[in-house]
Amino acid sequence: MGKKTPEINSSSTADIAFLLLCYFLMTTTMNQDMGLQRRLPPIPDPNQKVEDQKVNRRNIIIVKINSADRLLAGTEPMHVSQLKDKIKEFLSNPANDPNLPEKNEIEIEGYGPCMVSKGVISLQNDRGTSYQAYIAVQNELVKAINELRDEWSMANFGKPYAALDEDHQTIARKAIPQNISEAEPKDINQK
Amino acid sequence: MSKFKKSGKKEMPGISSGSLSDIVFMLLFFFMVTTTMRETENKVMVKLPEATEIAKLERKDLTSYINIGTPVRHLQAQYGNDARIQLNDSFKTVDEIRDFIAAERDAMSEADRSFMTVAIRADENTRMGIVTDVKQELRRCSALKIMYSARKTAE
Repeated sequence: MGKKTPEINSSSTADIAFLLLCYFLMTTTMNQDMGLQRRLPPIPDPNQKVEDQKVNRRNIIIVKINSADRLLAGTEPMHVSQLKDKIKEFLSNPANDPNLPEKNEIEIEGYGPCMVSKGVISLQNDRGTSYQAYIAVQNELVKAINELRDEWSMANFGKPYAALDEDHQTIARKAIPQNISEAEPKDINQK
Repeated sequence: MSKFKKSGKKEMPGISSGSLSDIVFMLLFFFMVTTTMRETENKVMVKLPEATEIAKLERKDLTSYINIGTPVRHLQAQYGNDARIQLNDSFKTVDEIRDFIAAERDAMSEADRSFMTVAIRADENTRMGIVTDVKQELRRCSALKIMYSARKTAE
Protein backbone atom coordinates (compact mmCIF):
# COMPACT_ATOMS: atom_id res chain seq x y z
CA MET A 1 0.00 0.00 0.00
CA GLY A 2 2.76 2.38 -0.70
CA LYS A 3 0.86 4.06 -3.45
CA LYS A 4 -0.75 7.39 -2.62
CA THR A 5 -4.02 8.32 -4.27
CA PRO A 6 -3.27 11.18 -6.60
CA GLU A 7 -5.20 14.37 -5.85
CA ILE A 8 -7.94 15.30 -8.23
CA ASN A 9 -7.12 18.43 -10.09
CA SER A 10 -9.78 20.90 -9.04
CA SER A 11 -8.73 23.92 -11.02
CA SER A 12 -11.51 23.43 -13.54
CA THR A 13 -14.38 23.52 -11.03
CA ALA A 14 -14.29 27.29 -11.24
CA ASP A 15 -14.73 27.09 -14.99
CA ILE A 16 -17.64 24.71 -14.64
CA ALA A 17 -19.25 26.98 -12.07
CA PHE A 18 -18.76 29.96 -14.34
CA LEU A 19 -20.49 28.14 -17.15
CA LEU A 20 -23.42 27.30 -14.93
CA LEU A 21 -23.53 30.88 -13.69
CA CYS A 22 -23.62 32.22 -17.24
CA TYR A 23 -26.41 29.80 -18.09
CA PHE A 24 -28.54 31.04 -15.20
CA LEU A 25 -27.77 34.66 -15.97
CA MET A 26 -29.02 34.19 -19.51
CA THR A 27 -32.17 32.18 -18.87
CA THR A 28 -33.61 33.82 -15.79
CA THR A 29 -35.11 37.18 -15.04
CA MET A 30 -34.99 39.15 -11.89
CA ASN A 31 -37.77 41.62 -12.43
CA GLN A 32 -40.11 42.26 -9.60
CA ASP A 33 -43.59 42.97 -10.73
CA MET A 34 -44.92 46.14 -9.31
CA GLY A 35 -47.91 48.13 -10.27
CA LEU A 36 -51.22 49.67 -9.40
CA GLN A 37 -53.78 47.11 -8.37
CA ARG A 38 -57.40 47.58 -9.26
CA ARG A 39 -60.65 45.72 -9.22
CA LEU A 40 -62.75 46.03 -12.32
CA PRO A 41 -66.49 46.35 -11.86
CA PRO A 42 -68.41 43.28 -13.00
CA ILE A 43 -70.37 43.47 -16.22
CA PRO A 44 -73.92 44.53 -15.42
CA ASP A 45 -76.53 41.94 -16.14
CA PRO A 46 -78.30 42.90 -19.39
CA ASN A 47 -81.61 41.51 -18.13
CA GLN A 48 -81.47 43.65 -15.09
CA LYS A 49 -83.02 47.04 -15.42
CA VAL A 50 -80.86 50.02 -14.92
CA GLU A 51 -81.55 50.77 -11.34
CA ASP A 52 -81.73 54.21 -9.99
CA GLN A 53 -78.12 53.96 -9.02
CA LYS A 54 -77.93 57.68 -9.30
CA VAL A 55 -75.31 58.93 -6.97
CA ASN A 56 -76.01 62.30 -5.54
CA ARG A 57 -74.35 64.96 -7.64
CA ARG A 58 -72.25 66.29 -4.83
CA ASN A 59 -70.84 62.84 -4.13
CA ILE A 60 -69.19 62.35 -7.45
CA ILE A 61 -66.21 63.96 -9.06
CA ILE A 62 -65.60 63.29 -12.70
CA VAL A 63 -62.02 63.21 -13.84
CA LYS A 64 -61.70 63.27 -17.60
CA ILE A 65 -58.62 62.84 -19.73
CA ASN A 66 -58.98 63.73 -23.37
CA SER A 67 -57.04 62.48 -26.36
CA ALA A 68 -54.46 65.23 -25.98
CA ASP A 69 -53.84 64.06 -22.38
CA ARG A 70 -55.45 67.19 -20.93
CA LEU A 71 -57.14 66.80 -17.62
CA LEU A 72 -60.48 68.01 -16.35
CA ALA A 73 -61.37 67.43 -12.74
CA GLY A 74 -64.89 68.36 -11.71
CA THR A 75 -65.47 71.47 -13.73
CA GLU A 76 -62.03 72.97 -14.06
CA PRO A 77 -59.12 71.97 -16.26
CA MET A 78 -55.94 71.39 -14.32
CA HIS A 79 -52.50 69.89 -14.37
CA VAL A 80 -51.82 66.40 -13.02
CA SER A 81 -49.82 67.85 -10.15
CA GLN A 82 -52.85 69.74 -8.86
CA LEU A 83 -55.11 66.73 -8.96
CA LYS A 84 -53.95 65.20 -5.68
CA ASP A 85 -54.93 68.20 -3.56
CA LYS A 86 -58.23 68.51 -5.34
CA ILE A 87 -59.05 64.86 -4.64
CA LYS A 88 -57.94 65.14 -1.03
CA GLU A 89 -60.16 68.15 -0.51
CA PHE A 90 -63.01 66.36 -2.23
CA LEU A 91 -62.73 63.21 -0.15
CA SER A 92 -62.02 64.75 3.22
CA ASN A 93 -64.41 67.70 2.98
CA PRO A 94 -63.01 69.30 6.14
CA ALA A 95 -65.43 72.24 6.28
CA ASN A 96 -68.57 70.18 5.54
CA ASP A 97 -69.13 72.17 2.38
CA PRO A 98 -72.59 71.35 0.91
CA ASN A 99 -71.01 71.08 -2.55
CA LEU A 100 -68.57 68.41 -1.47
CA PRO A 101 -69.55 64.82 -0.69
CA GLU A 102 -71.60 64.04 2.35
CA LYS A 103 -70.40 61.74 5.07
CA ASN A 104 -72.35 59.17 6.92
CA GLU A 105 -71.61 57.38 10.09
CA ILE A 106 -70.61 53.76 9.66
CA GLU A 107 -69.94 51.27 12.39
CA ILE A 108 -66.51 49.80 11.76
CA GLU A 109 -65.75 46.51 13.41
CA GLY A 110 -63.06 46.90 16.01
CA TYR A 111 -63.12 50.67 15.94
CA GLY A 112 -66.60 52.00 16.44
CA PRO A 113 -68.62 54.63 14.62
CA CYS A 114 -66.71 56.65 12.08
CA MET A 115 -67.60 59.34 9.58
CA VAL A 116 -66.98 57.90 6.15
CA SER A 117 -67.11 60.02 3.03
CA LYS A 118 -69.47 58.88 0.30
CA GLY A 119 -67.38 60.45 -2.43
CA VAL A 120 -66.77 58.54 -5.62
CA ILE A 121 -64.12 59.39 -8.19
CA SER A 122 -65.23 58.64 -11.70
CA LEU A 123 -62.39 58.36 -14.16
CA GLN A 124 -63.18 58.75 -17.82
CA ASN A 125 -60.77 58.56 -20.68
CA ASP A 126 -60.77 58.81 -24.42
CA ARG A 127 -59.59 56.08 -26.75
CA GLY A 128 -56.78 58.36 -27.81
CA THR A 129 -55.47 59.03 -24.30
CA SER A 130 -51.94 57.79 -23.86
CA TYR A 131 -51.40 55.05 -21.32
CA GLN A 132 -48.72 57.10 -19.65
CA ALA A 133 -51.12 59.94 -18.87
CA TYR A 134 -53.75 57.49 -17.68
CA ILE A 135 -51.35 55.83 -15.25
CA ALA A 136 -50.12 59.23 -14.07
CA VAL A 137 -53.69 60.19 -13.18
CA GLN A 138 -54.39 56.83 -11.54
CA ASN A 139 -51.22 57.28 -9.57
CA GLU A 140 -52.28 60.71 -8.32
CA LEU A 141 -55.65 59.32 -7.24
CA VAL A 142 -54.00 56.51 -5.29
CA LYS A 143 -51.53 58.96 -3.80
CA ALA A 144 -54.35 61.18 -2.55
CA ILE A 145 -56.08 58.24 -0.92
CA ASN A 146 -52.86 56.93 0.58
CA GLU A 147 -52.11 60.32 2.09
CA LEU A 148 -55.59 60.55 3.56
CA ARG A 149 -55.16 57.10 5.07
CA ASP A 150 -51.83 58.14 6.48
CA GLU A 151 -53.31 61.24 8.06
CA TRP A 152 -56.23 59.29 9.44
CA SER A 153 -53.95 56.63 10.92
CA MET A 154 -51.72 59.26 12.45
CA ALA A 155 -54.69 60.94 14.08
CA ASN A 156 -56.25 57.72 15.37
CA PHE A 157 -53.42 55.28 15.98
CA GLY A 158 -50.42 57.58 16.05
CA LYS A 159 -48.64 55.69 13.29
CA PRO A 160 -48.54 56.02 9.52
CA TYR A 161 -50.65 53.58 7.57
CA ALA A 162 -47.77 51.41 6.46
CA ALA A 163 -46.61 50.86 10.05
CA LEU A 164 -50.00 49.65 11.26
CA ASP A 165 -50.74 45.99 11.76
CA GLU A 166 -53.13 44.08 9.56
CA ASP A 167 -56.31 44.71 11.58
CA HIS A 168 -55.75 48.42 11.89
CA GLN A 169 -54.99 48.67 8.20
CA THR A 170 -58.32 47.07 7.46
CA ILE A 171 -60.01 49.63 9.69
CA ALA A 172 -58.19 52.48 7.97
CA ARG A 173 -59.17 51.07 4.60
CA LYS A 174 -62.80 51.06 5.66
CA ALA A 175 -62.61 54.57 7.06
CA ILE A 176 -61.06 55.93 3.85
CA PRO A 177 -62.40 53.72 1.08
CA GLN A 178 -60.89 53.75 -2.36
CA ASN A 179 -63.87 54.42 -4.56
CA ILE A 180 -62.51 54.85 -8.05
CA SER A 181 -64.89 53.99 -10.78
CA GLU A 182 -63.46 53.39 -14.21
CA ALA A 183 -66.35 54.36 -16.36
CA GLU A 184 -67.72 52.46 -19.28
CA PRO A 185 -65.78 53.45 -22.34
CA LYS A 186 -67.37 55.89 -24.67
CA ASP A 187 -66.22 57.48 -27.80
CA ILE A 188 -66.05 61.15 -27.25
CA ASN A 189 -64.81 61.97 -30.70
CA GLN A 190 -67.28 59.88 -32.63
CA LYS A 191 -70.25 61.86 -33.73
CA MET B 1 30.36 42.38 -9.37
CA SER B 2 27.00 43.99 -9.64
CA LYS B 3 25.23 44.93 -6.50
CA PHE B 4 21.88 44.27 -7.99
CA LYS B 5 22.10 40.69 -8.77
CA LYS B 6 18.95 38.81 -9.35
CA SER B 7 18.13 36.42 -6.69
CA GLY B 8 16.32 33.48 -8.16
CA LYS B 9 14.60 32.70 -4.92
CA LYS B 10 12.57 35.90 -4.53
CA GLU B 11 9.68 35.23 -6.90
CA MET B 12 6.16 36.45 -6.38
CA PRO B 13 4.16 33.67 -4.82
CA GLY B 14 1.26 32.62 -7.00
CA ILE B 15 -2.20 33.58 -5.82
CA SER B 16 -4.05 30.57 -4.68
CA SER B 17 -7.09 30.07 -6.85
CA GLY B 18 -8.50 27.25 -4.80
CA SER B 19 -11.27 29.37 -3.34
CA LEU B 20 -12.24 30.85 -6.68
CA SER B 21 -14.67 28.08 -7.36
CA ASP B 22 -16.29 28.59 -3.95
CA ILE B 23 -16.87 32.24 -4.70
CA VAL B 24 -18.35 31.48 -8.08
CA PHE B 25 -20.59 28.81 -6.62
CA MET B 26 -21.82 31.29 -4.08
CA LEU B 27 -22.70 33.72 -6.88
CA LEU B 28 -24.37 30.90 -8.72
CA PHE B 29 -26.58 30.02 -5.78
CA PHE B 30 -27.45 33.66 -5.29
CA PHE B 31 -28.69 33.93 -8.85
CA MET B 32 -30.49 30.62 -8.69
CA VAL B 33 -32.41 31.70 -5.64
CA THR B 34 -33.27 35.28 -6.59
CA THR B 35 -34.25 34.84 -10.19
CA THR B 36 -37.04 33.08 -11.97
CA MET B 37 -37.01 31.33 -15.29
CA ARG B 38 -37.91 33.45 -18.24
CA GLU B 39 -41.04 31.90 -19.60
CA THR B 40 -41.96 33.87 -22.64
CA GLU B 41 -40.07 35.78 -25.20
CA ASN B 42 -41.10 39.36 -25.56
CA LYS B 43 -42.45 40.08 -28.96
CA VAL B 44 -43.62 43.57 -28.20
CA MET B 45 -41.57 46.45 -26.93
CA VAL B 46 -42.83 47.47 -23.53
CA LYS B 47 -41.52 50.44 -21.67
CA LEU B 48 -43.61 50.60 -18.55
CA PRO B 49 -45.02 53.93 -17.40
CA GLU B 50 -43.73 55.46 -14.22
CA ALA B 51 -45.66 55.63 -10.99
CA THR B 52 -44.87 56.22 -7.34
CA GLU B 53 -47.68 54.55 -5.43
CA ILE B 54 -47.04 51.05 -6.64
CA ALA B 55 -47.42 47.88 -4.67
CA LYS B 56 -45.57 44.64 -5.09
CA LEU B 57 -47.34 41.69 -6.55
CA GLU B 58 -47.69 39.00 -3.93
CA ARG B 59 -48.25 35.81 -5.85
CA LYS B 60 -46.34 35.64 -9.06
CA ASP B 61 -47.55 32.16 -9.88
CA LEU B 62 -51.16 33.34 -9.92
CA THR B 63 -50.52 36.09 -12.39
CA SER B 64 -51.18 36.09 -16.10
CA TYR B 65 -49.55 38.67 -18.25
CA ILE B 66 -50.99 40.61 -21.11
CA ASN B 67 -48.38 42.55 -23.02
CA ILE B 68 -49.45 45.44 -25.18
CA GLY B 69 -47.11 47.43 -27.35
CA THR B 70 -45.56 47.78 -30.77
CA PRO B 71 -43.87 44.64 -32.13
CA VAL B 72 -40.12 44.40 -31.77
CA ARG B 73 -37.98 45.73 -34.58
CA HIS B 74 -37.41 42.53 -36.53
CA LEU B 75 -41.09 41.61 -36.46
CA GLN B 76 -42.28 44.99 -37.63
CA ALA B 77 -41.88 44.05 -41.27
CA GLN B 78 -44.33 41.25 -40.72
CA TYR B 79 -46.76 42.74 -38.24
CA GLY B 80 -46.47 46.49 -38.75
CA ASN B 81 -45.83 48.93 -35.96
CA ASP B 82 -49.33 49.27 -34.61
CA ALA B 83 -49.87 48.31 -30.98
CA ARG B 84 -50.51 44.58 -30.63
CA ILE B 85 -51.48 42.26 -27.82
CA GLN B 86 -49.15 39.46 -26.89
CA LEU B 87 -50.38 36.51 -24.87
CA ASN B 88 -47.90 33.82 -23.98
CA ASP B 89 -45.72 33.61 -27.05
CA SER B 90 -47.75 34.97 -29.90
CA PHE B 91 -49.74 37.92 -31.09
CA LYS B 92 -53.40 37.64 -30.35
CA THR B 93 -56.52 39.66 -30.91
CA VAL B 94 -58.81 40.96 -28.21
CA ASP B 95 -61.29 38.11 -28.78
CA GLU B 96 -58.68 35.49 -27.97
CA ILE B 97 -58.20 36.84 -24.45
CA ARG B 98 -61.23 34.83 -23.37
CA ASP B 99 -59.56 31.52 -24.27
CA PHE B 100 -56.32 32.65 -22.71
CA ILE B 101 -57.99 33.50 -19.41
CA ALA B 102 -59.91 30.24 -19.44
CA ALA B 103 -56.70 28.28 -20.04
CA GLU B 104 -54.86 30.14 -17.30
CA ARG B 105 -57.72 29.52 -14.93
CA ASP B 106 -57.77 25.82 -15.67
CA ALA B 107 -54.09 25.57 -14.88
CA MET B 108 -54.67 26.83 -11.36
CA SER B 109 -55.92 24.87 -8.42
CA GLU B 110 -59.50 25.34 -7.35
CA ALA B 111 -58.61 27.32 -4.25
CA ASP B 112 -56.35 29.76 -6.04
CA ARG B 113 -58.71 30.74 -8.84
CA SER B 114 -60.29 33.62 -6.98
CA PHE B 115 -56.88 35.16 -6.41
CA MET B 116 -55.95 35.20 -10.04
CA THR B 117 -54.52 38.51 -11.13
CA VAL B 118 -54.09 39.76 -14.65
CA ALA B 119 -51.14 42.08 -15.06
CA ILE B 120 -51.47 44.49 -17.93
CA ARG B 121 -48.03 45.36 -19.16
CA ALA B 122 -48.65 48.11 -21.65
CA ASP B 123 -46.16 50.41 -23.22
CA GLU B 124 -46.36 54.00 -22.03
CA ASN B 125 -47.10 55.26 -25.54
CA THR B 126 -49.99 52.92 -26.13
CA ARG B 127 -53.31 54.58 -26.73
CA MET B 128 -56.01 53.80 -24.19
CA GLY B 129 -58.33 52.41 -26.87
CA ILE B 130 -56.70 49.01 -27.00
CA VAL B 131 -56.27 48.92 -23.22
CA THR B 132 -59.95 49.70 -22.77
CA ASP B 133 -60.86 46.88 -25.15
CA VAL B 134 -58.73 44.51 -23.12
CA LYS B 135 -60.31 45.70 -19.89
CA GLN B 136 -63.81 45.24 -21.26
CA GLU B 137 -62.95 41.73 -22.41
CA LEU B 138 -61.52 40.92 -18.98
CA ARG B 139 -64.72 42.12 -17.37
CA ARG B 140 -66.66 39.86 -19.68
CA CYS B 141 -64.54 36.87 -18.60
CA SER B 142 -64.95 38.04 -15.00
CA ALA B 143 -61.23 38.28 -14.43
CA LEU B 144 -61.66 41.35 -12.32
CA LYS B 145 -58.45 41.53 -10.37
CA ILE B 146 -56.04 43.44 -12.53
CA MET B 147 -52.82 45.26 -12.11
CA TYR B 148 -51.38 48.00 -14.23
CA SER B 149 -47.69 47.21 -14.29
CA ALA B 150 -45.53 50.22 -13.71
CA ARG B 151 -42.03 50.97 -12.63
CA LYS B 152 -40.92 53.06 -9.74
CA THR B 153 -40.20 56.66 -10.56
CA ALA B 154 -36.52 57.35 -10.36
CA GLU B 155 -35.91 59.99 -7.75
